[in-house]
Amino acid sequence: MAKRFVSIWFPYLRTDWFARHERILDEAPVVLVCPDHGRMIVTAANAIAQSQGIDIGTVLADARVIVPFLQVFDDKPNISDKLLNSLAEWCIRFSPSVGIDLPDGLILDATGCAHLWGSETSYIQSIRTRLKKLGYDNRVAIADTIGCAWAISHFGKTSFIIETGQQATALLTLPPSALRLDADIEERLHKLGLHHIKHFIGMPRSALRRRFGRQFLQKLDLALGYEEEVIQSVHPIEPYQERLPCLEPIITATGIEIALQRLLETLCYRLQHEEKGIRAAVFKCYRVDGKVEKIEIGTNHSTHNIKHLFKLFEIKLPTIEPALGIDLFILEAPKVEKISPLQEKLWEKVYDLDNARLSELLDRLAGKMGANSIHRYLPDEHYWPERSMKLASSLQEKPTTTWKIDKPRPLQLLSNPEPIEVTAPIPDYPPMLFRYKAKLHKVVKADGPERIEQEWWLQEGLHRDYYCVEDEEGCRYWLFRSGHYSADKSYKWFIHGFFA
Amino acid sequence: MPSTKADIIAQLRREILPLQGIRPNAFPNASFPLGVVHEFCYNRLEDETASCGFIAAVLSALMKSGGVSLWISPSRILFPPALKSFGIDVDKIIFLDLQKEKEVLWAMEEALKCDGLTTVVAETRQIDFNASRRLQLAAEQSKVTGFVLHRSQNSFYISTSVTRWKITPLPSAFPNDMPGVGYPRWNVELLSIQTYFKYRIDTNRSA
Repeated sequence: MAKRFVSIWFPYLRTDWFARHERILDEAPVVLVCPDHGRMIVTAANAIAQSQGIDIGTVLADARVIVPFLQVFDDKPNISDKLLNSLAEWCIRFSPSVGIDLPDGLILDATGCAHLWGSETSYIQSIRTRLKKLGYDNRVAIADTIGCAWAISHFGKTSFIIETGQQATALLTLPPSALRLDADIEERLHKLGLHHIKHFIGMPRSALRRRFGRQFLQKLDLALGYEEEVIQSVHPIEPYQERLPCLEPIITATGIEIALQRLLETLCYRLQHEEKGIRAAVFKCYRVDGKVEKIEIGTNHSTHNIKHLFKLFEIKLPTIEPALGIDLFILEAPKVEKISPLQEKLWEKVYDLDNARLSELLDRLAGKMGANSIHRYLPDEHYWPERSMKLASSLQEKPTTTWKIDKPRPLQLLSNPEPIEVTAPIPDYPPMLFRYKAKLHKVVKADGPERIEQEWWLQEGLHRDYYCVEDEEGCRYWLFRSGHYSADKSYKWFIHGFFA
Repeated sequence: MPSTKADIIAQLRREILPLQGIRPNAFPNASFPLGVVHEFCYNRLEDETASCGFIAAVLSALMKSGGVSLWISPSRILFPPALKSFGIDVDKIIFLDLQKEKEVLWAMEEALKCDGLTTVVAETRQIDFNASRRLQLAAEQSKVTGFVLHRSQNSFYISTSVTRWKITPLPSAFPNDMPGVGYPRWNVELLSIQTYFKYRIDTNRSA
């Protein structure tokens, strides 16, 4: 299939933006100025200003003489970069691959896009009117090559649709600058009287190369399609992406749900054929006013279960604000993994960690509460109680050591030990009385001490002497003394846990 | 006629139980009901720990043949390594630590609907009639056993959970009066059990 490219040229990109931003009337002459050698020089002028004789490079004082009611704004450097970027993102509704053509144009890879609008004529017409509605004067051309589309959009006079293979004929009457040549080559061509492409296109290539260099020939080849040119898309195209443009802007929740359902169906159908499943997905809604709303989901196991994925998105759907309407939905799967075919076991009633229903449940919980609220613990080789376990990174991770059960550990452990008041015989006897939360507990039975040292390579501090104690009501506690007994230094007692 | 001495002792033990106020047939079919919601209420932190201990003991029996459990809590102080001493594979328990109290019941209901789990444990401050009914219906559908741990409420409070328990710690015991903290003992009170549940099971069985 022949490639088709659209070149969009904004002749008055910056002034149009200022006019739109500052809410200037359409008929007003607008210029942008910037200081240079103590004078204000016009750096950009819109169509009306230019028609009245203000050219770029005119001194502002002179311009004001020519047009008294001139709207003047300070030029902002690098603005066209940002502008083109946002325009390129906006143009994603016309083609998935949009590239920026500095300083004032865009290139769209329109291969296989135009038929969605009926024909190339209506496609181009749609681009033109919609950009015009945004307030940007534009010239749009479509051709087989980027070079030719560029030339026609900048210099074309009659037809802006160049049929497949017709680029050479279309270029004939254009001036050499339509080939995006360097200024000195252009000047040389004009000096030689080659004012149109038709004057030199038939010349022997070796002669052209000798006169104007290899680069000149390359530019010519690019325009004619002998050499391929690629565009740097602002959005790298996801291999797993589905698009749903809408004729009318969607503003209802039901509409969004239907769109999501349709996209999921097509994407999952495709993934199912390739035996792949989604691990992460993004649902993007392009609004009429140019903003993009998006929601993301992630899964624990790769899946192409439409129902499940829809449920995950459903939790976040209310966050989408359609405002004036959404006219394009895109579903992307940035992370796709091979799916392991699951065989349902009829006879096994007990499911393990790798069963699909569990991972679907966890996906839903993670979607609602955040993935960092789900924890699973594995043993770690530390005696220090707080460090004796570590978080598992995934559901599949297996423990590398065994859990230690040789020493008693409380079923509930305070994350921060709380200080208590204690009466205890010295040197190393368990406490007789302790006061916790204003309640006095009389210790009846006690075990200990179990000394746990700090791991000095991880943390400095005092060791702990742990005692298991039971009060007269039968409640069991885990207490510890921080550090050694000593006459001159104060030592502290803490409660750290509760035994069952 | 009982033949051996052991048989006689076993017979006597069975006979003495009702005299102590213990009714072995409190449960329908004389077995701990599964696929339903059990409630545990507590007043003190110590009672909460004892309830956790009781739940852990039941969990270990349920998870003996494998399976995964979910432990939902808004402010968890449960120490996972200690569960191992109850015979539970700790890496088979998934903890869901939530910020908000009201998310607990939502998460529990979702979890009870998922039959890939064996049990779901939730700690919450309060549970009302509607919530307990939703949980019970979800559990009956999926046959997942649920445990709800909550603070005691006034006596007028009704719920549709099948059982309500109160576990309090008792002084530990060692055989032969050995010194030190012995094996934990609890006072296990079965405050209520839904009798309609019993009938339901019976009708199901006859049907």
